[in-house]
Amino acid sequence: MPLARLIPCLDVARGRVVKGVSFVNLRDVGDPVELAQHYSAGGADELVFLDITATPEGADTMVHVVERVADVLEIPFTVGGGIRSVEDASRIIEAGADRVSINSAALATPDLITGIAARFGSQAVVVAIDAGESHVFSHGGRVATDIATVPWAVEVAARGAGEILLTSIARDGRRSGFDLALTQAVRDAVDVPVIASGGAGSAQHVADVLRITDAALIASIVHENPSGLPGLRREIEALGIELRPVKERV
Amino acid sequence: MSDVIIVDYGAGNTRSVRAALTHLGRRSQVSADPALISAASDVILPGVGSARSAMAHLEDTGAADALRRRFAANRPILGICLGMQLALQASEEDGGVKGLGLLEGLVVRLDAPRVPRLGWALVEPWGGTFYFAHSFVAESPDTVATSESLCAAVQHGSFLGVQFHPEKSDAAGLEFLASCLSPD
Repeated sequence: MPLARLIPCLDVARGRVVKGVSFVNLRDVGDPVELAQHYSAGGADELVFLDITATPEGADTMVHVVERVADVLEIPFTVGGGIRSVEDASRIIEAGADRVSINSAALATPDLITGIAARFGSQAVVVAIDAGESHVFSHGGRVATDIATVPWAVEVAARGAGEILLTSIARDGRRSGFDLALTQAVRDAVDVPVIASGGAGSAQHVADVLRITDAALIASIVHENPSGLPGLRREIEALGIELRPVKERV
Repeated sequence: MSDVIIVDYGAGNTRSVRAALTHLGRRSQVSADPALISAASDVILPGVGSARSAMAHLEDTGAADALRRRFAANRPILGICLGMQLALQASEEDGGVKGLGLLEGLVVRLDAPRVPRLGWALVEPWGGTFYFAHSFVAESPDTVATSESLCAAVQHGSFLGVQFHPEKSDAAGLEFLASCLSPD
């Protein structure tokens, strides 16, 4: 298996990186390009950009952000939020993203997964799953569905998803550790890689989840201090998880 | 110093390769023009899209023949990911696709614990850690580097192909890319 990956996630609204616990209390934390470079220099293995406004008007702004990021970033990055068609995915990928992430649109139109995979390959399609107690939620975790999590994960992989981004809604933002049982159950059921998300609060939490899965999404743990990423990597390595060696740029 | 030609085969993302070259201080153009492919000091066959549509596009534009002539003339070509796979004889992808046939070997569906194989892995004997994202892999007697026992690079004559993405492999990738280009 390739090395475990640490993936900072940046929420983007109207072309800026924001943070906030709800959509009404967003705080501007900076320019996506500058922050991307900062995380990359700190040893991020990959980045995820999530357009949390995901409005049709916002789509052009996001494409522009993707172009600017692609021009300076030499690590892979995934873009999610508001992608509802193969054409939407194609605009984002042609702007320079390596992969797109789809969530509610995949629930509404599962054929979208196959459509994007047929055009760009499975490695370009991440399906994000927001998991509740046993069932999947749509619309950013706000709408319950009657779709059970593990069978949905199996279905998206069969339809061509190249990776699953699995978020535990209960753990998200709490910094109390990942949902290891959920992560294990999904990963055992599929043969594509799984990124665990929701709950990273310490190096120990990240190391624990990286023992059972391929990658960990980290958000609030680094957002408060992006320059803490190299230190976090060292702590995780000290706990016995091998990460890629990060070389200084010459 | 002439522009690096990134061969256009009608698939999405060539922006990252261009950005990496810019970072290295090299100008580049995305083109399928046989004359440019023939004249450039450096030619990169990038790695995006599907094998069938890529080959069809290369044959239709005359880029395929230009690449074969360039190879016969012993002029350098760097293939990345799909661009490396296209240089072999054939691929199992898309129900079977004939490649450029510059090198011996076939491209087969990856037999790995998780497919696609995504992430950073050590390439031996070169020693760098690079980013991979693939569901197919080369089986070739021209293999010159491996990663987890899988083919990571092939070389024959003036063609060097890598399965990983140097343009997405941070400092190690830029260093590798710089080493593949003709000197300033």
